[in-house]
Amino acid sequence: MTTKRSPDKPLTGAEVLIKCLENYGVEYIFGLSGGAAIPIFDALVGSKIKLILVRHEQGATHMADGYARATGKPGVVLVTSGPGATNTVTGIMTAHMDSVPMIVLTGQTITGMLGKDAFQEADILGISMPVVKHSYLVKNTNDIPRVIKEAFYISNSGRPGPVLVDLPKDITSAPCTAVLDPEMDLPGYIVPSKGNKNDILKMAKMFKGAKKPLLLIGHGAVISRAGKAIMELAEKLNCPVTNTLLGKGAFPETHRLSLGMLGMHGTAYANKALILCDLILSIGSRWDDRINGNPAEFCIGAKKLHIDIDPAEMGKIIQPDASVVGNARLVVEELVKHVEPIDTKEWLQELNYLRKQFPLKYSCENGVTAQQVIDALYQVTKGKAIVTTDVGQHQMWAAQFYLTDQCDYWITSGGAGTMGFGFPAAIGAQFGKPKDLVVAIVGDGGFQMTLYELSTAAIHKLPLKVLIIDNKYLGMVRQWQELFFDNRLSGVDLEGNPDFVKLAEAYGVKGFHIHKVDHVKEVLEEAMKYNAGPCVIHAEVIKEDNVFPMVPAGKSAYHMIIEPPKTKLEKPTGST
Amino acid sequence: MNKANSTETKKNLHTISLLVVNKPGVLVRIALVFARRGFNIDSLVVSPTVNPKFSRMTITATGDKATLDQIIKQTSKLIDVQHAGEHKHETAIELELALFKVKCKPTSKAAIYKLIKRFSAQVLDFTESSLIIQQTGTTEEIDEFENLIKKYEIIEMIRTGKIVMAPGKEPT
Repeated sequence: MTTKRSPDKPLTGAEVLIKCLENYGVEYIFGLSGGAAIPIFDALVGSKIKLILVRHEQGATHMADGYARATGKPGVVLVTSGPGATNTVTGIMTAHMDSVPMIVLTGQTITGMLGKDAFQEADILGISMPVVKHSYLVKNTNDIPRVIKEAFYISNSGRPGPVLVDLPKDITSAPCTAVLDPEMDLPGYIVPSKGNKNDILKMAKMFKGAKKPLLLIGHGAVISRAGKAIMELAEKLNCPVTNTLLGKGAFPETHRLSLGMLGMHGTAYANKALILCDLILSIGSRWDDRINGNPAEFCIGAKKLHIDIDPAEMGKIIQPDASVVGNARLVVEELVKHVEPIDTKEWLQELNYLRKQFPLKYSCENGVTAQQVIDALYQVTKGKAIVTTDVGQHQMWAAQFYLTDQCDYWITSGGAGTMGFGFPAAIGAQFGKPKDLVVAIVGDGGFQMTLYELSTAAIHKLPLKVLIIDNKYLGMVRQWQELFFDNRLSGVDLEGNPDFVKLAEAYGVKGFHIHKVDHVKEVLEEAMKYNAGPCVIHAEVIKEDNVFPMVPAGKSAYHMIIEPPKTKLEKPTGST
Repeated sequence: MNKANSTETKKNLHTISLLVVNKPGVLVRIALVFARRGFNIDSLVVSPTVNPKFSRMTITATGDKATLDQIIKQTSKLIDVQHAGEHKHETAIELELALFKVKCKPTSKAAIYKLIKRFSAQVLDFTESSLIIQQTGTTEEIDEFENLIKKYEIIEMIRTGKIVMAPGKEPT
């Protein structure tokens, strides 16, 4: 039962907080309640913001993350102090690594008890410091409107990222007399936008004389919605385009100029293009170790150009020959005006030859494979689904076989590699895009880390689909052990997996089962038609299969393995 | 430490000056950037500025140039850091203050006072057996003084760490 508050009583800090969130257009809060956060949950009663009660705080963070990636708006998380707060750390780190805007509101013990080991007290500000873009511990109720305004601005400007706001219970309970829309106080925060014109002109000049240019598209291109500008640039230059795992969708992977994903498990032709190109322009990628295992051997002899909104990315891994600090979309829009078309006929022919010689392929001879299931999903959904994934083999196969043609349709944990991300992220994405088809492609390992959110999906009757690629292994690690560690399997056998269909049914969720090669498409078609609520598709695939091509960790594209190797491989020098 | 090693260390010793917004936690955020990249902070001075809203931090740390560039960029990126930059010995005024408590026997007193005079140091306190000497100067001058005074046995030593200021119109 809810009672109305007396109209002449001043608003509490918590009530002002919720009002601010409403004013910033927050539709959903993903959260789990607890003692120190009760005033905030109380203020949510009667608010137009919908509270999505999760089953574990990590789930809330991944939902907020999926929501943010699908909509471009910050995802909001609300949890209590202590364990409630610490349970968000993995999700905050995931958002931080992939530059995702997120606001995490944590309840905290009363200010008088801070530092005195009070019940459910955790120094979440200290714990989270290395994985946030910024954070606050609010010690004055009247600071709430300014802090929230700053949090929203910081989280979704420049290079986006998570912002944590720690809110002691006495602060949210006390009356707040501050104005709802105060001035921000951020003298040290500068957001680069258009980029320096001279830098752009210098970059444009670099294209003169290039015969084998290559565009490398990263997450910055997706975040800044640079797709149209990149299309113009690629077509004007007639230049091939490759994308990172997180760059999927910024340039259509079905376009004639697209080489698809590059990197550790990228296409052979994209990786060969890295070796052959004489100029590479990274648009919002950070040359990270998944695409550049060995910087000393990266694009040897090629001019390296870099567009990024984060000045700290310049020279972090690769020293660029020309660079522009700015918003990828705005910079590319300007750059297009100053480049001349390049005769790339021979270059494209060379790449098309490689494309034919080394296509992505799979076989169905030994039973259902993950690739077959994902390829079938791509066909059944006509490539129109928002796909979220976990991390591992299924993620790489999904990236290879589920081509992405538009921004926001590919949601995966790239930098952090967080297992258990895919399913809750799909819930967030479905809330954000209620009319879209959302499919979480997850592994049997990752799904079991966050499957408790089946309740959350079921209660809200979200029509999302969870496709479990079940090989009964932590497959990517098993692949490494097979290839580099004499097949000495250790800690990878997921013996004891549940019957996922029965498990789904226990949550009131519809279950489908794939186990025969010739039924794959049929089952997927049926599942895609099911919209009464969430459904789980349990795809049992062959246990021992490896993802190729593969560039061993720490190596450059020169060392790419395209076919299963016949001889023993050296242990990789790269970290993971 | 041999001579080659010592010059190597000196080459890798950097002075970084940061103008930061006076908010709790800003020091931790900065320290994390250094620690994550394996830079040991050799000295750290935090002081108020003319504007009470800001503080000045002067940090000396040892490490390679490429990592230093990253550290400066990563600290500049922190929301509460308004400016971060390295200061070169040649282009900035650098000073440090040190206190030495030195054993002082009647036989060594004259020699110690001679040193004090030569370095324009001051005696702040004396007892029958010891002196407290204050010296202000560049890091090198203090190093040199320390080297010479140590044969009379230093009981205790404390140094403030370097503070720097850019000359003329250039802001620090």
